[in-house]
Parts: sequence; structure tokens; C-alpha cells
Amino acid sequence: MKLTSLTAPLKKPGFIATISLACLLSYSAHAAEIGANNQQKKIHTRTLAASCAACHGTQGNSHSITPVLAGLDATYFSMQMHAFKTMSRSSMVMHHHAKGLTDNEIEQLSHYFSQQKRISTPSPVAQTWEANHD
Amino acid sequence: MTKSIKLDFNRRDFIKTVGATSLLLSGNAYAHGKKPPIGHVVVIGGGYAGTTAAKYIRMWSANNIAVTVIEQSSQFVSCPLSNLVLGGSKSINDLTFGYDAVQKNYDINWVQDTVTGINADAKKVTMKRGNISYDRLIVAPGVDFNYDALPNLQSKSAQEQVPHAWKAGWQTVNLRKQLEGMPDGGVFVLAVPKTPYRCPPGPYERACQVASYFKTHKPKSKIIVLDANPEIASKKELFSKVWAKAYKGIIDYRPNNEIIEVDLASKTVITDFEKVKADVLNIIPAQTAGKPVKMADLLEHDYPWCEVDFLSYESKRVPNIHVIGDSVASGLPKSAHMATSQARVCASAIVELMHGRFPDPAPAFSNTCYSFVDGKRAMHVANVYRYDAGKKIMASEQGGGVSASSSEQEGKYANAWAINIWSDVLT
Repeated sequence: MKLTSLTAPLKKPGFIATISLACLLSYSAHAAEIGANNQQKKIHTRTLAASCAACHGTQGNSHSITPVLAGLDATYFSMQMHAFKTMSRSSMVMHHHAKGLTDNEIEQLSHYFSQQKRISTPSPVAQTWEANHD
Repeated sequence: MTKSIKLDFNRRDFIKTVGATSLLLSGNAYAHGKKPPIGHVVVIGGGYAGTTAAKYIRMWSANNIAVTVIEQSSQFVSCPLSNLVLGGSKSINDLTFGYDAVQKNYDINWVQDTVTGINADAKKVTMKRGNISYDRLIVAPGVDFNYDALPNLQSKSAQEQVPHAWKAGWQTVNLRKQLEGMPDGGVFVLAVPKTPYRCPPGPYERACQVASYFKTHKPKSKIIVLDANPEIASKKELFSKVWAKAYKGIIDYRPNNEIIEVDLASKTVITDFEKVKADVLNIIPAQTAGKPVKMADLLEHDYPWCEVDFLSYESKRVPNIHVIGDSVASGLPKSAHMATSQARVCASAIVELMHGRFPDPAPAFSNTCYSFVDGKRAMHVANVYRYDAGKKIMASEQGGGVSASSSEQEGKYANAWAINIWSDVLT
């Protein structure tokens, strides 16, 4: 990496001159690490959130009696999950899930679901079974 | 894209010669001036695992990865809830769906054919009507049935007389018909194989469903459960409670009772301890990973399930081939929800790998499994599972567990589970 290529667009030679090459390199490595960490956080959360789909629908847009999570206020989501976790809110099923999640995962999930668009998703239509002898 | 890749007899020779890449270039996405895909994933099996993986790869790659699913059936028939067909509260038509919606919504290439070979070196899958190339292959064939220990049940006609009904469809309908035809006062014998098998609580749910049917329609009839396991393999306390209360005198549970021989003509089974004669005989045989797994040489020695890396579900034996669903040796319950959870971790990892990035180093997912004890009441087991980097397994988190008891409210949740998972997988 050449220093000139980095300084040229900034047009602040006095300021740049005080920053050492080592510093820049370390900054760039740090930024890459943050980028990679953010990407890993993102993919960890999307996969974890998607495993809720069996009951709560794709991206939190559920059918039937299961609560819709898409577009839910992040603070509300987080409070409910912590309440399930501590069992201060009674539940039939959710405490078994909430207790297995870290506080950080609950925060990430609350953010993820709050960002999902609330949409009407199609239900698959059952059809006549065509007899075959599999 | 969907229409252009479908195999039919007019295009058969064309497909044989040009392979997958050229076919993809002829697809709609490319014809409309969009950029070509960065790679091609082929998925063998359109069950819960395979279909989910296909959909989520398309979704998470923003359609940058082309996906082809090879599935032999034209319809998706759900194994979850299929015991309710035996109980009479559902029909097989309630559990049968088409693939059109998911195929169209995510622009997935769909090939209805049977896989006959996998060449991992050439990265090519051979089907009855042609072959197709892949960059990465996902094998999701479900389970295969192993009748080695009961050789006189190998034939199709024997399995018609003594169904397993462990794959929803014809087998389920056949067993229901046999139960309907059985005289009141008859004996239904249900044989449970040693774990691991598909759907650990399934046999015990089945006993409940048949008992529920008998209670209403054939009150003098009995059920004998011959279990090869030392005890009820899942939700033990809950099932025991229901059997003792709702089905007292109907279900006779006999653990450690593995079938060693069957006399087809008299529908009599022989175990180490006894001879039992049935009017309707339902033997769930031992199971192994599905056939395509063997075609790709993914099994280690005689072990019947595939060893995978749980960060990507890539086979430990063959690179660029991933295995998901019931065929995986995970030590975890072989459930539909588990299959979809594994499918998404695999899909996510493939998307990252094909973009030159690392997969999630510590995936976590949930599993919820309901069992119906009659037409309305259900109960669950639910857990979160997390990757244990030391042991390199998916380990159960603290805090999971089972229902306090079965209830109608959980029955409603179980039906909602079904609608939502079908919607997630199939639309």
C-alpha cells in the first residue's frame, strides 16, 4: 500500500504527514477486522433469525396465530425476550428458546426483526395428492 | 429460467451435451441483461432441507448464485402431521403441496428426475434423463430404509402388506386403509427401530393417533408397541402420562423388544422374548442416509450417517459436497425444523464461501417439535443449539425442554407451526 495513494484525495498534507505509515496500516487492518466482524454478526443473526421462521414465518411475517415479528419495535422485542428468559412473562414455548440465546443475540435479533418489512406472505395451497407408489 | 432448464425429452440430448453452465446462460436472468451468476449450486432432494437451502441461497446471494433442485416427486408431502392421517383428523390432501410457488418466487431451476450417479471429481450429477454440473452440491435425500435384518420385507409387495408409513404418501394412505379395514377387537402392532431414526417422538405420536381412532371407532381394539429401545425415546414423561390417562387399556408398551423375524402370511412377529400376532402390522425399519449419499461415497466405513463440518455442512470426506437434513450424523433429533435450520446454516455458509468470505464461526439455531396426542391436543420439545468449537459439534443450550402437559392451545400452536414452516419452505 502506497501512502501517496491515500493522501492524494484528502488534500490535507499537514495532517496526513503526522500519521505514520504503520498507523495507517494498522488502521486499515483494524477496519477490515471490524468489517469482517460486522459481516459475521450479520450472517450469524440472519441465520438465527431464520430459524424462527418455522413458527414465525419468513423474515418474521407469520401466518395463523403466531405473533408477527417483522417490523416489531426493537425495545419491545428485547423486553419480551428477556421476560421470557427470566420467566417473568409466562409462556408455553418461548422460554425454551429465549433461555438459549445470549443477551447480545437478543439485541441483534431485536434490531433484525425491527428492520424487516411487515408484508402479507402467501400461504401454500394444499392440493390433491396424486397417488404414486413411492 | 425455470422453463428453460426443465428437462424434457425434446431437450434431452441438448442437455446431455451442453451441461449446466450453458443452460444457465439461456435462463431468463441472463436474457434480461442481468449479470451472470457467480456460481451454480445443485441441490439433490426437494424435502424440508433441500428446498429451504435452495430458497435461502437465492435470497441471501441476492440471486447471484444459480440454484437447481433435482427432486423425483412432483409434489411435496409433509411427514410432520402425517400421523394425523392415521388418526383420521387430517387427510393426505391437507399435507400435499406443489413446488410452483417457491420455484417461481426465487427463480430456482427445478428438475423432476431421479439421480443415478454423482461424480465428485468432475463435479457432475447424473440423472435418468441427463446430467448437470455444479460448483457446490447439496445432498438432502432424507432417509433410506434398511431391511437387511428383515429380508422378507425387502420387496414392494411385502411393504404393501406391512407398511412402514415413515415417508408420507402412499405408505401413509395404505396404513390408514388397513386400520379402517381392521375389525373391532383387532390388534395393531407398531415396531420401533433403535435410535437414531427420523422423528424421535414420531412412533409414540403414532401410537396416540391410532389409539385416538380406536377409542372412537373400534373401542375393543388394542395397540402393542414393540420398541427396540430401552425406553420411550422422546417426550417420555408426557407420552407415558397420556397413555396412562387417555389411552388406558389401549396401548401396551413393551421396551427392549426388537423384531428379529416376521412371518408375513400370519402377520406374526418374533422378538427375543415373544411371538406377537397382529391384525395390522406396522414395522418402522432401521434407517440410513439416503441413496445419493452412497453414490457420492460420503459414508465412513459402515456408519450409516454422514459426517459433516457443522459450520458449512460440507462433507468431511468429499470437498464441495454438503449434506443436510436427516442424512447428517449430528447426534441431534432428525426433525423437519432441524432440517430447515441446518439448511440455512449451509445456505449462509455457501453464500459466504462463494463470495470469498468466511462462514459464521459459531452458528446457533432453534428447533421446535410438536407431537399431537389426538386430533386437537399437542405438546412440544424445544431447544436452541450452538456450535461448540472445542468439540466441533452442535450442542444443546441450557434452558430448552418439553411442555408441562399436552393441551389444545399447543395443538393450535402446532398447526400454526405447520402453516408457517410450509409457507417458509414452499413459497
